[in-house]
Amino acid sequence: MADVRFEAIRKTFGKVVAVDDVDLAVPDGEFTVLLGPSGCGKTTLLRCLAGLEKVDGGRVLIGSRDATDQPPRRRRIAMVFQSYAVFPHMRVYDNIGFGLKMQKTKKATVKERVHSAAELLHIEELLDRYPAQLSGGQRQRVAVARAIATPNDVLLMDEPLSNLDALLRMEMRAELKALLQQLGTTTIYVTHDQVEALSMGDRVAVMNAGRIVQADTPLAVYDRPADMFVGGFIGTPPMNFLEAEVSANGGAPHVRLGESSFPLDDGAGVRPGKVVLGIRAEAIAVEQERRDGTIQATVVVVEPLGSHNLLTVRIGEDLVKVSTRPDVFPEPASDLWLRFEPARIRWMDPDTRAAFGAPAPAGTEA
Amino acid sequence: MSAVLQRGLLYGGALLLALWVILPIYFIALAAFSTPEAVYDYPKQLVPRDVSTETLRFFLNSEGVLGSLWRSIEVAALTLAFSLGIGTPAGYALARFVFRGADTFRIAIVSTRAFPIVILSIPLAVMFLRWGIDDSILGVSLAHTALALPFAVLVTSSVFAGISVELEEAAMTLGCSRLTAFLKIALPLALPGLAAAAIFTFIISWNEVFAASILTLQNRTLPAQVLAVLEQSPLPYRFAGGFFMLAPSLVVIFVIRKYLFNMWGRVVR
Repeated sequence: MADVRFEAIRKTFGKVVAVDDVDLAVPDGEFTVLLGPSGCGKTTLLRCLAGLEKVDGGRVLIGSRDATDQPPRRRRIAMVFQSYAVFPHMRVYDNIGFGLKMQKTKKATVKERVHSAAELLHIEELLDRYPAQLSGGQRQRVAVARAIATPNDVLLMDEPLSNLDALLRMEMRAELKALLQQLGTTTIYVTHDQVEALSMGDRVAVMNAGRIVQADTPLAVYDRPADMFVGGFIGTPPMNFLEAEVSANGGAPHVRLGESSFPLDDGAGVRPGKVVLGIRAEAIAVEQERRDGTIQATVVVVEPLGSHNLLTVRIGEDLVKVSTRPDVFPEPASDLWLRFEPARIRWMDPDTRAAFGAPAPAGTEA
Repeated sequence: MSAVLQRGLLYGGALLLALWVILPIYFIALAAFSTPEAVYDYPKQLVPRDVSTETLRFFLNSEGVLGSLWRSIEVAALTLAFSLGIGTPAGYALARFVFRGADTFRIAIVSTRAFPIVILSIPLAVMFLRWGIDDSILGVSLAHTALALPFAVLVTSSVFAGISVELEEAAMTLGCSRLTAFLKIALPLALPGLAAAAIFTFIISWNEVFAASILTLQNRTLPAQVLAVLEQSPLPYRFAGGFFMLAPSLVVIFVIRKYLFNMWGRVVR
């Protein structure tokens, strides 16, 4: 058990900056997800923690130890790889017990720990098999069992579910989350799948271009994205972004959006001028007729999805996704009126693409 | 119809190729295991009639044969040790590490094959005379190492390239150092490939005749010995000699094949 701290980590490959001055603190026992598109540096950051990459700057602290220059075997970490990296020439039993044997653990203890790890992952009946005789899902379980069998401070997972098919991935996601809650080990989990990140993590650190853009609870990252990248990367569909203008000439500030306008309330920190209005599809209500504070839109497509309908509507030039009850079926090309839930509007600066009033780049706070 | 024809052509071609390889081997083996008189028979017998080790015994008891046979084994073993001892680390480095000039190095290795041993042997003979290792097992095996090393490096490099780096990294997170991760994970997984490289190296040395002939006088290897007396030797001697050149290659290939293709309950390549 230990907390983890990245201090100003920097890693370059030739001229490419993979990790650019990253600070992140993961408290003891927390499950933190590093989320980002491919090439954002999330795996590199994880490998810096594992000691598989040498950092070009900054410090890695595990517990209160400075692990920056320690080889992987001294860091008391365990890692689950994307390819599982199960040793093909060893039986499942020897795979799971490998770390224990390297630490010269007594035979009886190895046996006991291997069996209890196998039991947790429901693979006791596979202990005598070779990896080639296992399915992908079973190999995945062996890899996790191997990682938890050795006593460790931190568990690292690099896209462990991405090689499984969709149904199995959903099953494993829930099972893995339950298992990790039970173990209570500090876990850092890398994924590009935002559903995985939101559903599993205590905290999600969103990365883009080598930096951590936002590190917060899944709900906060979803509801209050720090910038347009986070809003657009997280959520299905992604957050809608509309160009708008805030004017304050005489009295209460108003928002102009295409042909419509409505009063600005709760627009903390928004300065007059051009702004970007960010809103989630489910934070938009649909009205059949013009009311005060509504915005006119034209229906483009209706997609029934069972639990809800997804409308694509046009406001001026912009296309907007709106989530409605499954019984709302407007005719394509017909007009309707939208009401944005004021509290769920996220105001963005079109120049910096960052949210107004957003806290300083997160991750600095523990 | 054309599919049947294609199939027929394919199998016909394969059969021809197989016969092209197998028939000479068969005739050599047949002659080696018959009596010296039967070797002169014409027309040839297609099935062995009277199997006898007389021809082989005659060959082995000929002057210089047993000594050269033993030397051949020694030279091949030394070549094997040199080639894999130097070639395996080089192959591993080529497969695992990005370093300046890696590609140039790779090409340089292949380009050493552009110098035929015919050209290399004369200066080598001169140099070996100066060093005092002419006409010795060490000298011949050094020349053979020069021949076999490029193959050893390239084959082992592709073997290691086929083993995921993540396996070694996983071992390192589980308590291994760089070295123990190599010894416990990469090396055992590379064994079938390394065995193939070893067989190949052994046979390159076993069958090499030119450098061996030039670099030795008294201490000849088997091919050099057979070549030296070929003109004056009777037909049974030649067949028996041919069989001895063939046999190790065949035995080694058949024995190791099983190991090569079936390891850890799975088919490798």
